[in-house]
Amino acid sequence: MKTIVVLTYLLSSVLFILGLKNLNSPKTARRGNVLAMIAMFIAIVVTIYDKRILNFTFIIAGILIGGIIGAIIARKARMAAMPQMVALLNGFGGGASALVSLAEYYRTVTELHVSTIISVVFSLFVGILTFTGSLVAFSKLQGIIKATPITFRMQHILNLLLLLSTITLGVMLTLNPANIFILRAILAVTAVLGILFVIPIGGADMPVVISLLNSYSGLAAAATGFVISNKILIVSGALVGASGIILTIIMCEAMNRSLLNVIFGGFGGSVSEMAGEAERRSITRYTPEDAAMMLEGARSVIVIPGYGLAVAHAQYVLHDLAKILMEKGVHIRYAIHPVAGRMPGHMNVLLAEANVPYELLFDLESINNDFQNTDVAFVVGANDVINPAARTRKDSPLYGMPILNADKTKTVIICKRGLNPGFSGVDNELFYSSKTMMVFGDAKESITEMVKLLKV
Amino acid sequence: MIEQLLIYIFIFVLAIFVGFEVIRKVPPLLHTPLMSGTNAISGITLIGALISVGTGYSHISSLLGLAAVIFATINVVGGFMITDRMLKMFKKKKD
Repeated sequence: MKTIVVLTYLLSSVLFILGLKNLNSPKTARRGNVLAMIAMFIAIVVTIYDKRILNFTFIIAGILIGGIIGAIIARKARMAAMPQMVALLNGFGGGASALVSLAEYYRTVTELHVSTIISVVFSLFVGILTFTGSLVAFSKLQGIIKATPITFRMQHILNLLLLLSTITLGVMLTLNPANIFILRAILAVTAVLGILFVIPIGGADMPVVISLLNSYSGLAAAATGFVISNKILIVSGALVGASGIILTIIMCEAMNRSLLNVIFGGFGGSVSEMAGEAERRSITRYTPEDAAMMLEGARSVIVIPGYGLAVAHAQYVLHDLAKILMEKGVHIRYAIHPVAGRMPGHMNVLLAEANVPYELLFDLESINNDFQNTDVAFVVGANDVINPAARTRKDSPLYGMPILNADKTKTVIICKRGLNPGFSGVDNELFYSSKTMMVFGDAKESITEMVKLLKV
Repeated sequence: MIEQLLIYIFIFVLAIFVGFEVIRKVPPLLHTPLMSGTNAISGITLIGALISVGTGYSHISSLLGLAAVIFATINVVGGFMITDRMLKMFKKKKD
């Protein structure tokens, strides 16, 4: 039996890897997800068939309850709400890993080996941090608590002290594994640390945090694998951990900020003086009609959607506009900046939901050299990701951030609610350029008007 | 015991590298489904939950195990279903 179990776990690990590999193209991605499902299914079945399992009531009850809740979450979730859903599910995964380690601790407390107790401490730490941290991230994204950074004096010192005390408590528990009070102290301190770790982080920095928590939920599963001596947990957990790390790095690079800078937060809270000075500069306002004429007359248009598009729910009407223009022979593409949403790849999902075919969606590297040969850049609800200051102004907080080269097109049309600076608080000189047409107002209303004008 | 631990560390490190190699090739287009998909995979901890609830050692570890099974199942079922829902939306241009 043991051989069968181990070999099935091996098969399951291979299927997980193949599943992830299939995610490298939209053509095979759905198959990849199915492969991962099969991998999970056979791992569960063989575990239940293993003769160590004696009590089935709890198993059936747990799977039924969890399955129903999970299915409801999955069916109800809106695509715009995907970041908070992923955060929530992440939290459940991390929490589950911590619970398994805790159960194993209570089961074997009298005979715990040093290496196991270290794994228990590590798994509890990562698991509970993921759990409480993800719940805070969820609450922020869902609007249950304010998304703005919550900061207070001595915050970093407090966090550091808590981290050090967790490590000390961990060492103490390793020396006295049977001391339940130390265990409880670890649980409490880690839970608080998870909360404090996420509250100083602002809404637009969430992609980094969610990626990081994603990685942690994998590492928590791997640590639990060390606790219960289970190789499939170690392998799958490591795969997820690696994935989260890659996404975290990509997100940080897209904002040209270090991970530490994001975690220590406070970014974007204050509006710089430059913005105040700039508002006195003149801006020419254009109407949706002007924009519609310009778009109709163009040969090629690159659409740059930002999070403002999703906030205004304008992705459907934007696609209607794109379809009308395409019928008129305009070449349309979409340029997606890596941080255009609230999680990695979020904007692609929102546009896919609005039936935009994925061949029209281009990432920064693949489209950035085409802007100079394009007539119009049509910017909807984006600001910082097209700010030329990132290229030129060494004193700007955005300096060095990779941006979409909207300013290299012949004409730039920007749909924007008002003149407010972006998340970074930095003014955008592109707004004042002579080739820019600013269309102020709600993006959905403006674009609906353009559609009406062009649809004859 | 320490030998076993070393084998596990060995497996862990190699799996991290496999993860890096495989996932680096996933295009930004699919990063959200990648995240929710790997999210579901991290629910693999369900295996551990099943073992701890099923071996029925003591009251407290069974109850913790039950909670773990519920949490992990939410993670697995929710994660895979959301991923599938998203991937269904990625369509090619119809001509």
